[in-house]
Amino acid sequence: MSRLAGAFAAARGEGRAALVTYLMAGDPDLHRTEAFARACEEGGADVIELGIPFSDPIADGPEIQRAGQRSLRSGTRTRDVLALVASLRRRTEIPLVLMSYANPVFAMGLETFAEQARAAGVDGVVVPDLSWEDSDEISGALDGCGLDGIQLVAPSTPVGRAAAIAESSRGFLYVVSRFGTTGARADLPNDLPARISDLHRVTDLPLAVGFGVTTAQHVRSLADAGADGIVVGSAIVQKIAEDAKPEAIARFVAELTSGLPA
Amino acid sequence: MVEASVLRKKGRFGQFGGQYVPETLMPALHELEEAYEEAKVDPSFREELESYYRYYGGRPTPLYFARRLTEHIGGARIYLKREDLCHGGAHKFNNVMGQALLAKRMGKGRLIAETGAGQHGVATAMAGAVLGLPVEVYMGSVDVKRQSLNVFRMRLLGAAVHEVSEGTRTLKDAINEALRDWVTNVGTTYYLLGSVVGPHPYPTIVRDFQSVIGGEIREQSKAQIGRLPDVLVACVGGGSNAMGTFAPFLGEETELLGAEAGGLGLASGKHAASLTGGRVGILHGARSYLLQDEDGQVLETHSISAGLDYPGVGPQLAELKDTKRASFVAVTDEQALEGFRALARLEGILPALESAHAVFAAMQKARDMDRDAVIIVTLSGRGDKDMATVADAMGVTL
Repeated sequence: MSRLAGAFAAARGEGRAALVTYLMAGDPDLHRTEAFARACEEGGADVIELGIPFSDPIADGPEIQRAGQRSLRSGTRTRDVLALVASLRRRTEIPLVLMSYANPVFAMGLETFAEQARAAGVDGVVVPDLSWEDSDEISGALDGCGLDGIQLVAPSTPVGRAAAIAESSRGFLYVVSRFGTTGARADLPNDLPARISDLHRVTDLPLAVGFGVTTAQHVRSLADAGADGIVVGSAIVQKIAEDAKPEAIARFVAELTSGLPA
Repeated sequence: MVEASVLRKKGRFGQFGGQYVPETLMPALHELEEAYEEAKVDPSFREELESYYRYYGGRPTPLYFARRLTEHIGGARIYLKREDLCHGGAHKFNNVMGQALLAKRMGKGRLIAETGAGQHGVATAMAGAVLGLPVEVYMGSVDVKRQSLNVFRMRLLGAAVHEVSEGTRTLKDAINEALRDWVTNVGTTYYLLGSVVGPHPYPTIVRDFQSVIGGEIREQSKAQIGRLPDVLVACVGGGSNAMGTFAPFLGEETELLGAEAGGLGLASGKHAASLTGGRVGILHGARSYLLQDEDGQVLETHSISAGLDYPGVGPQLAELKDTKRASFVAVTDEQALEGFRALARLEGILPALESAHAVFAAMQKARDMDRDAVIIVTLSGRGDKDMATVADAMGVTL
């Protein structure tokens, strides 16, 4: 069983959803990202997602756009993010997922990227600007290295198409909660519970819901609605932008996990 | 239920093109493709568009023999396809009118667009006004400053202009922001993309609407010159006037030449020549040539003309480069100004700085050709919008 499948199964065994926390690698620098990642684990995160910064992040709202800019300004390169994963992997077995836009992955070369990611200890990869139609090349490369290529479904995805996308997805299915970009929000869309149950009917993969999940209350309501995993990104990234220390991030993550019924 | 929505690998030009976009947009791209395929073969759609082209847009635009420029060079005969005389002052109208009618047909109540030089934004604002559709335009703050006249024109035409201050604050970032708007409002909004870039089906739709340029060139050159031209020249930013000029000639012998923005020279790194100076990559939904660093980060570009200041290029042009059906040259800022001055002094035409790149490339080409050879340059736009930039480059204070 892959680390990702294991983490979701373990959470399910405990009767709760898994918490996935997102960090922009290199924001404000790689050394601190490593400390924040450990803080997330300490706070109770089940999976850590690390963003590779990109100059043109069309799926991201202002919080993650700016985090990416800060990371690029501090000189973060793709290979540095892989080195960060390797460093984390020496200390922990927590599943590590990379989120990267398509171009940095293609620029490294799909095979090279997949091999180096595996060697570093990456478990899965999400590419937010890669339609399912154009994902076969990268999925092939990831499969070849035993990495999980995680696909996304959106609110606009018809259920038949979602079934086909889920069939190509590995590890979990990333459920985009809303129309729009990533970013902290006050409310979750009302139709999410219905979408989650529709998706459960067409796939056995764990469903992890992300985009706009900001508070422990959001986490709780998504877990109640049947989500197997909940992704929190911009809310954490925003705290880091406001100069939060690792201890504060650990506390925030612990607060989020308190939303997961035990 | 699954079949129609799960067709894979569409909109490829060789290895280029594709649909590298967030999943949220995929159903909208499928809807757009279906609507376009229907509209394309609907005679009433063609009729309405042709009526706007003729009575509103001033089409067909003339094919003009540039006698004094030709004599000055002393080589091939140079003709100008006068897209600068099109309504709004540029070829952008051709695509905008087609897509705006398509948006209306699809029942979308709101148009959004990106703009670099402002010509596409102005054309979209015009179309929105004449069809009664609200328009919002995204424009990088660098471009807002250097093309302030066009910002004012858009606002006069009733469009809202949103200044984009992220990233390099030029056309690329305006497209990013328009895509983010579209992802958020995809149900009600039509994204009226201004060039042959972006995910499938945009490169095809924009090329088809712009092909009115090349189609008219065919008829006019047969009628006025008695044959097809030996060479076609167009400037290439995203590449819509070039694709519109070239597409109807792909099956002919005619040589196709694209002029990219060489900025301060390829060696300086300050340019926007993606085909002559870039590597294959993925930006704004398509695989194509791209100016990027080793890690795939998209580079800042430079050109004296805001309309060419873009790090990517249309995927079909990338294919034409790889198959050697077309060739591309980088024309520097300085050379473009030389083309600009030549056309002003010898023909009484102030071209857009974008088009001035093509004029210079044609002048170079004409020198090496016989006097009975024919070169047609697409003069994609007029230069009124560029007066402040040209004055600045000449050291003149207005």
